[in-house]
Amino acid sequence: MITLTHYLVLSGILFSIGLAGVMRRTNLLMLFFSTEILLNAVNVGFVAVSKYYGDLTGQMFAFFIIAVAASEAAVGLGLLILWYKRNGSVDLTSLQMMKG
Amino acid sequence: MEKYVYIALFAPLLSSLFVALFATRPKILFMGILASLLIGASMISSFILLFYVNAHGALHVKMMDWISAGNLEIPFGFVVDQVSVIMMVTVTFVSTIIHVYSIGYMDHDKSFNRFFSYLSAFVFSMLILVMSDNFVGLFIGWEGVGLCSWLLIGFWYHKPSAAWAANEAFIMNRIADLGMLMGLFLIYWQIGSFQYDIVFASIKFLDISIVTTIGIFLFIGAMGKSAQFPLHTWLADAMEGPTPVSALIHAATMVTAGVYLVIRCGDIYSLIPHIGFAIASLGAFVAVFAASMALVNNDLKRIIAYSTLSQLGYMFVAAGLGAYWIALFHLMTHAFFKSLLFLGAGNVMHAMHDELNIKKMGGLYGSMKATAILMSVASVALAGIYPFAGFFSKDMILEVAFNEGAYFLWFALFIGAGMTAFYSFRLVMLVFFGEKEHTKYGIHPHEAQPFVIYALMPLGLLAVIAGFFEHAFRGFVTKLLTNYDIQIAHGTEVLLIAATLGIAISGISFAIYMYSRGGFSKTLENRFCYKLLINQYFIPKLYELYIMKPFGAISNFLWQKIDVKIIDFSVDMVAKILYTSGEKSRKMQSGNLSDMLRWMVVGIVILLAVAIFYRPIV
Amino acid sequence: MYEVIAFYIFSALTIGLFTVVVMSKNALYAMSALAGGMIFISGFFFILGAEFLGVVQITVYSGAIMALYAFGMMFFDTTRDVKENIRCKKIAYTLSILSSILLIVILCAPLFSQNIEALYPSIQNAGNIQMIGLVLFTKYLVPFELAAIMLLAAMIAGIVLASKKMEMNLEIDEEFEEAKDVK
Repeated sequence: MITLTHYLVLSGILFSIGLAGVMRRTNLLMLFFSTEILLNAVNVGFVAVSKYYGDLTGQMFAFFIIAVAASEAAVGLGLLILWYKRNGSVDLTSLQMMKG
Repeated sequence: MEKYVYIALFAPLLSSLFVALFATRPKILFMGILASLLIGASMISSFILLFYVNAHGALHVKMMDWISAGNLEIPFGFVVDQVSVIMMVTVTFVSTIIHVYSIGYMDHDKSFNRFFSYLSAFVFSMLILVMSDNFVGLFIGWEGVGLCSWLLIGFWYHKPSAAWAANEAFIMNRIADLGMLMGLFLIYWQIGSFQYDIVFASIKFLDISIVTTIGIFLFIGAMGKSAQFPLHTWLADAMEGPTPVSALIHAATMVTAGVYLVIRCGDIYSLIPHIGFAIASLGAFVAVFAASMALVNNDLKRIIAYSTLSQLGYMFVAAGLGAYWIALFHLMTHAFFKSLLFLGAGNVMHAMHDELNIKKMGGLYGSMKATAILMSVASVALAGIYPFAGFFSKDMILEVAFNEGAYFLWFALFIGAGMTAFYSFRLVMLVFFGEKEHTKYGIHPHEAQPFVIYALMPLGLLAVIAGFFEHAFRGFVTKLLTNYDIQIAHGTEVLLIAATLGIAISGISFAIYMYSRGGFSKTLENRFCYKLLINQYFIPKLYELYIMKPFGAISNFLWQKIDVKIIDFSVDMVAKILYTSGEKSRKMQSGNLSDMLRWMVVGIVILLAVAIFYRPIV
Repeated sequence: MYEVIAFYIFSALTIGLFTVVVMSKNALYAMSALAGGMIFISGFFFILGAEFLGVVQITVYSGAIMALYAFGMMFFDTTRDVKENIRCKKIAYTLSILSSILLIVILCAPLFSQNIEALYPSIQNAGNIQMIGLVLFTKYLVPFELAAIMLLAAMIAGIVLASKKMEMNLEIDEEFEEAKDVK
């Protein structure tokens, strides 16, 4: 029998993979992919909780997260293209301007 | 009549505040004149009040409520009674003359305006002191005159010795003021009020031991202000200030505040005659002790300062023995001739280009006749020769001592009178007569400006005639103060007067005889007693050795070990930790987004760990 | 029973595909793996009975967002391997493993708030889409409209940002290429 814990553990593992990607990647496009993984991992958790508690709020949240992810991708990609046009690179090291 | 009270009190304040506006400006002659006029207005109001009080009795004015906290109610009130009006007249009269004198004396000083501001502030504080109708007002004035004294002693603050003397005076007074504060707290604790009339009405219902304690504490305050042994060293050092200051503050008015306090608290001290006798004994001791130091000193102003000390001792003898009106009388006459003496000394100093060593003067009579005559008059008055002012008051103090059966005190004062006569004329002889030593130093003395001499005339006149007001004074003052009758058989009294006059005259003659022949031989200077006297009984050295040095050592220890090694170190440590941690963690802000994300994840891990392992204490 | 099998298969597939996304050097592979991963995530949604979300996941994520990325990648050189100068890999892996362990510890712990009351309980005798519609257009109407406005704003922002000075930069790129060819 698959319980809520199974789903939550899966969600945790996916989230950690996303975190690893966020830390590992220096290419900005790849960083965006990693953030999509993070958002999806959270979505799985929400929907699972929604199902097991019989509450629709989790699904609503997942729905809005998808909406946010879509707009984030649109704006982020626009900025990325602008940056690429200006610098010819989408590497994080080219963004290194605010040094303490 | 109230308006005269306010004019008398606030004209000096107005003068001080107005002149203070120009304190940093170069000399403005008008400031000196304005200050003198305002103090003069205060003096005229005081005289009007004197006649009013004489005709109608005491005047009590309550200006406003001042401090009102819980059970503590202190009004800003003033009482103009027989005692305070005498003090007001004395203070404002001498101050007016000294203001006028200072216009001439401070002529070339670049801080001319500042000087007048301080001087007027002093007069205001002194008037608050004498006019207040409660102990708190008295204390405010007390501290005010202390502050002004500090400002004026250290007037030439660029001289280290002046700055040192100012601090010494201030610190010694603080020590004494602590005693006074204790006395005031005790009064409030026991009686619940600071008003004179309430305190004096209910003091006799208190336990005698508490009254004794109050009396002792208040007298400690008086000792500091009036420079009685062992807090006397500051007065001689205070001569670093400008001479008008020495004349006004350290001879005529402020130092007599202690005597005023004892007189004002006469109702307390008359309950505890044993303390009164102790005060008298201390006074007699100081009278001889200070006079002996004046015998050998060569510093013009210090001699007069020691003389002031000695005369304050006389006043305390009278006050301690309960002869309050005699103490007040001596206070007044002394104010006249002592300020005259100081102002004359100021003229001499100007003539000698600030030279103070009387051994380097001599023969000044030729060039400074007026000053010489005035100073001689003052010296004769100080020595107590009939018919000059000092004779009446000082002789009466001796009679009081005799009358009380304190023959030992009488004898001490008797010896003191002889010493006084001797050192006064030693000063006069060395300064104005004898060899012209100053020509060796290329100094060409000149007389002071005429208006300065005219300003001194009233003082000279009073030094001569003030004694004849004895009966009027007594009748006036004893309306408030307890009367004191000297009950000595007429024959004995004449004998006593003759003896006192005799020793004074013989002191004078001895001085004139010795110094007209060129003074004592140099071999005397190697004697032990000369060394003892010239070093002021080694008391400053003792203070330095047993109080200042250990205190300095303790302070140094606290500074070097406690402050630097513990307090400063821990404070520095906090700064250092913050600084180095900032320096170290600066590398975190590399500007690299990847690094920032890593730090973010570190934060997540820490928060998760907290979520697991932290349990709130329920 | 088939639910268990489906869960494990989808889990293995999503974990594997997402690991490819994180590790791959080729941007195209990474994107394809991400799109696959998204579709398998929608599989979870179907298992959990959230059909509407599953459909949305496929259309919005796998369809719209991945298409957006694909178009975006046309601006970049995707055939080449992504050159990444990755520093301190060990720290990154340690941190992620640590966080996953902590998360799992938290999630495996028994949930002690048993008496959770559903805010918007699932409605009996109604399909998932119907329920969502009911809740979305009653309780969540304002957030829904706001999300619509946000998406519109994001769309405009994306267009404006991407189209800025397009010609000028292309010319520069061409010049750059020409200069390369001459060499």
